[in-house]
Amino acid sequence: MSRFARAALHRLGGAVLVLWGAATLGFLALHLVPGDPVSTLLGGSVTTGSAAVRAEITREFGLDRPLFEQYLTFLGRLLGGDLGRSYQQQQPVSLIIGEQLGPTAELALTAFGLILLFALVSAVTTAGRRRAVRGAASGAELLAISTPPFWLGVLLLTLFSFHLRLFPVAGAEGWESLVLPAVTLAVPFGSLLSQVLREGLESALHEPFALTARSRGIGPLALRGRHALRHALVPAVTLGGWLVGGLLGGTVLVETVFARPGLGRVALDAVTGHDLPVVIGLILLSAAVYLVVNTVVDGLYLLIDPRLRGAGPVREVAA
Amino acid sequence: MSPIIELEGLNVEFGHGRRRTTAVAGVSLALSAGECLALVGESGSGKSVTARTLVGLTAPGAAVRAERFLVEGRDAAAFGEREWRRVRGRTVGLVLQDALSALDPLRRVGAEVGEPLLAHRVLPKAEVPGRVEELLRDVGVPEPAGRARQYPHQLSGGLRQRALIASALAAGPRVLVADEPTTALDVTVQAQVLDLLGELKAKGTALLLISHDLAVVARLADRIAVMKDGRIVESGPAERVLGAPEHPYTRVLLAAAPDPDRPAAEAAPADPGTGRLLTARGLVKRYRTPDGGLREAVADVSFGLAPGETLGIVGESGSGKSTTAQLVMGMLAPDAGEVLLDGRPWSALPERLRRPARSAVQLVHQDPLASFDPRFTVRRILAEALAVAGVARGAARRERAVELLAQVGLGEQHLERRPHGLSGGQRQRVAIARALATGPRLLVCDEPVSALDVSVQAQVLELLARLRAELGLAMLFISHDLAVVRQVSDRVLVMKDGRAVEYGPAERVFRAPEHPYTRQLLAAVPRLPARSAA
Amino acid sequence: MTSSVAPAPGAPSEPAPGPAARTVRSAGGRAARLRPGALLAALVLAVAVLACAWPGLLAPADPTAADPVAALTPPGAEHWLGTDQLGRDVYARVVHGARYSLLIGLGATALSVLAGLLVGLPAALSGRIGDQVAMRAVDVLLALPELLLALLVIAVVGPGTGNALLAIAIAATPGFARLVRGQAMVVRGSEYVRAATALGVPRTAVVLRHVLPNTLGPLTVPATLAVGTAVVSGAALSFLGLGPKAPAPEWGAMLSQGRDFLSTAWWIAVFPGAAITAVVVAITVLGRQLHRCLEGRTP
Repeated sequence: MSRFARAALHRLGGAVLVLWGAATLGFLALHLVPGDPVSTLLGGSVTTGSAAVRAEITREFGLDRPLFEQYLTFLGRLLGGDLGRSYQQQQPVSLIIGEQLGPTAELALTAFGLILLFALVSAVTTAGRRRAVRGAASGAELLAISTPPFWLGVLLLTLFSFHLRLFPVAGAEGWESLVLPAVTLAVPFGSLLSQVLREGLESALHEPFALTARSRGIGPLALRGRHALRHALVPAVTLGGWLVGGLLGGTVLVETVFARPGLGRVALDAVTGHDLPVVIGLILLSAAVYLVVNTVVDGLYLLIDPRLRGAGPVREVAA
Repeated sequence: MSPIIELEGLNVEFGHGRRRTTAVAGVSLALSAGECLALVGESGSGKSVTARTLVGLTAPGAAVRAERFLVEGRDAAAFGEREWRRVRGRTVGLVLQDALSALDPLRRVGAEVGEPLLAHRVLPKAEVPGRVEELLRDVGVPEPAGRARQYPHQLSGGLRQRALIASALAAGPRVLVADEPTTALDVTVQAQVLDLLGELKAKGTALLLISHDLAVVARLADRIAVMKDGRIVESGPAERVLGAPEHPYTRVLLAAAPDPDRPAAEAAPADPGTGRLLTARGLVKRYRTPDGGLREAVADVSFGLAPGETLGIVGESGSGKSTTAQLVMGMLAPDAGEVLLDGRPWSALPERLRRPARSAVQLVHQDPLASFDPRFTVRRILAEALAVAGVARGAARRERAVELLAQVGLGEQHLERRPHGLSGGQRQRVAIARALATGPRLLVCDEPVSALDVSVQAQVLELLARLRAELGLAMLFISHDLAVVRQVSDRVLVMKDGRAVEYGPAERVFRAPEHPYTRQLLAAVPRLPARSAA
Repeated sequence: MTSSVAPAPGAPSEPAPGPAARTVRSAGGRAARLRPGALLAALVLAVAVLACAWPGLLAPADPTAADPVAALTPPGAEHWLGTDQLGRDVYARVVHGARYSLLIGLGATALSVLAGLLVGLPAALSGRIGDQVAMRAVDVLLALPELLLALLVIAVVGPGTGNALLAIAIAATPGFARLVRGQAMVVRGSEYVRAATALGVPRTAVVLRHVLPNTLGPLTVPATLAVGTAVVSGAALSFLGLGPKAPAPEWGAMLSQGRDFLSTAWWIAVFPGAAITAVVVAITVLGRQLHRCLEGRTP
């Protein structure tokens, strides 16, 4: 088998393992929850519903079977692509997620674009400059990173929506409603990425190859663009992969602040309402996103660093 | 003919106020076409700082002053960044020590070599790839078109260094500044790169060669300047400086340089090579390569050591000599063959049973600092070893620690120091003291002096020789440096690609090598002229 | 035996790296100097700790005492930071709220570091199989965004101060487990551990004397920074209504309530947020100062 095929198989195996683990985690959570799902199904109260209705529901959801059997049924359904039904909304989970995926993806992708733009511009223009410039930039970034995103959102709302009336207060219609939420998400993450990029650039500028490059007579812009930036991209890509997960978490808060529809709201409602099939659906979705992002990140590593392409480390046979 | 570079009274200082230190003080030099000036000195002598100043890249925050600094007749002291950029690569090219880090690892070799052509707009863009091929061919890189498309890590050390030189030469500079250009290379490759630099000199390039090694410089230099603590202590024609040194420091450097042609004075033990102490039989160690194949790092190596005997293992990088040391130490398990200690199993024992006997075999590592727990003081480093040796906690242990330090030429005042604050030589002495703490009979020394300056190296070698005589220690001495190995060894094992190509008494191997590879190695060793004449 | 091979007089002596050498290395020696920013950060944290221990000292007013007459008073002489919709003093609430944030920040971080050690260290020291099992499990948890993982835990154990702390601790554990395991692997493969093994030091002693301390050391900085992250996460959970119960003056909860009065009484939401930001900035600055100090010590 070729090395490529082996690597692909290995990766696929890992992905299946992670998804299976996430599903199992969700299943366990489902059965660890105090109180019984039947009450949740009936609207959250233990007292509602006659014994007959409860028994009916219990049978319908297979809750009277042994735990292991329920687990196998659960996995079997997942394999068939069936995420189950929401307790609260009485709708298929896949339908709920499918409906709300759009606004969240729109928000996350816009924020991601802003993050990249901001980080690149800020890092490249300030790396290796005078101390005052770097100090001001990293001070502002420190503040931005430490600001809780929900507070930043509240500040932006107060200023731009209530006082200046430039942007709508809530909702998801039109690009105007996207501006403040996207900025709220982008500022802290963009600052973090910018710091990592700048540190990468500066450490690359101290490497011997940077000295060699300068000794050839190239200018500062060529030194950064042709040499240092590629080196700085390696840690930035690592962070970028983590950042996608952070953005997904961040949407929960930002969608709440700006009263936007989306998966974040769905997640919050599902957690507060003990609607675990929805929670499990979201867990599986974010695990899948994580796996895709990780694959992209690993691909980017190979694209950036030729040393990773040919060969891994030499390993001892016996160990 | 007027010199291309004239430098008088160069001073370089770092820092401000009380932290201000002088790196270079009053250095003067001149470089003309077709001549080679060598700057020789140990670490911290200011030679690299001087080299970088010649391309206007001293270091950020350095204060540079010179009474007179002319590049092609123009006042370089008044150059701004823009003027310097025109000089760099075009008038003066720079070659650094290790091409693996001095070439951008993420760019193709061709892009690196061609960069000066683009920076100075020497050629239209379309003609650059063709010129890059020519440049690579000129410095002796075979299949230049294919190599240009590869990345630096895919080239061998020698080819990489040639590519680095090609990139420095690309825009046709009249001066080449080479800072330790062969230090990271194996001895046979070093000889080839020195030959290449010699050809460049013959074609009229002015060469500033910077090295810690007088013997390397001796092959090329017309004039030699010896630097110490930022000053040039002696300079003059190469033959005069090497043949009749005037300054005491130059004499110390010359005396400290080990001589590959000088036989060891010590008498060998009665039964060399009999393996009364240690026997290695048919050792094999395999590693899995990334593409799934197997590589034999050590392939069928056998040798024996008698008590009090020193066996030198010599070889270039990747020859398997360090893996052999690990096998002897019992830190790696051989895939075939075995190591016997006192005629009893050693490598075959489980670690639990080997541990009580470990005190008999101790290791001195190339990088002593890495072999100390970073949180430990010298006292704790020695205490750990003394605890293994069964010395009771308290006054007895402290007394023994001071005794050990005295034995390696250190004092009680070093007891509470941290290794970071010690010099390289002192660190190696502490490492030796620790190895002695358990009362070993065999010392495995893996490149023990490779990281040290030549004068310190001589002191540490002297220490090892004395300990060997006083304590009757046997040594397995591993080094890439043939001169050092000859100086200390009773018997020698020459390794190449994991195999033992020659094994015999040191005198015989060095005087009448049987294997062609041994002959090749010996021929490539740089020598000081005064000695080869003698 | 006592004769020594000290360098002969006249022989070149090797310079030991002294203060002079260090100056060159760290380009002006700014590594070791304590910056004014760090002093300010220490001051902010000192005030925060004081607010935790003796909140009454800084703010004598009762943080839960409602005064409908004085509702929504803007900041002024009587109520420095104004009052909320129930007329409670915002300043008193902010001071008394420090307790929740720091408790969650420190408690959750301590728990996650401990759990990270308990998972990561055995993984690094055990054989291939144990390591693989532990790290695959960690992978599964890392696949979920921290906030989602915390929400999942809340879904199981329910809201509340202690549960929020637990949720944040669990969410941060996989990161620390991976960090500990990586660092322990580095230490395990280091030359000084090999040197100790070669001396014949027993394995348990090697682990306790070398591996554990040298794994813990590099955790100091990430753990400090994690306290800041945990403070924000704690406030985020309360903001979502999953933290401390209602009248408690938790910063995130105050912010959430203040959201409904943004157009009329901005101060209700703005000051608790500023308090969170100040504490997190201070922790981060201190963490970085710590990083510089440690780096200066072991170059």
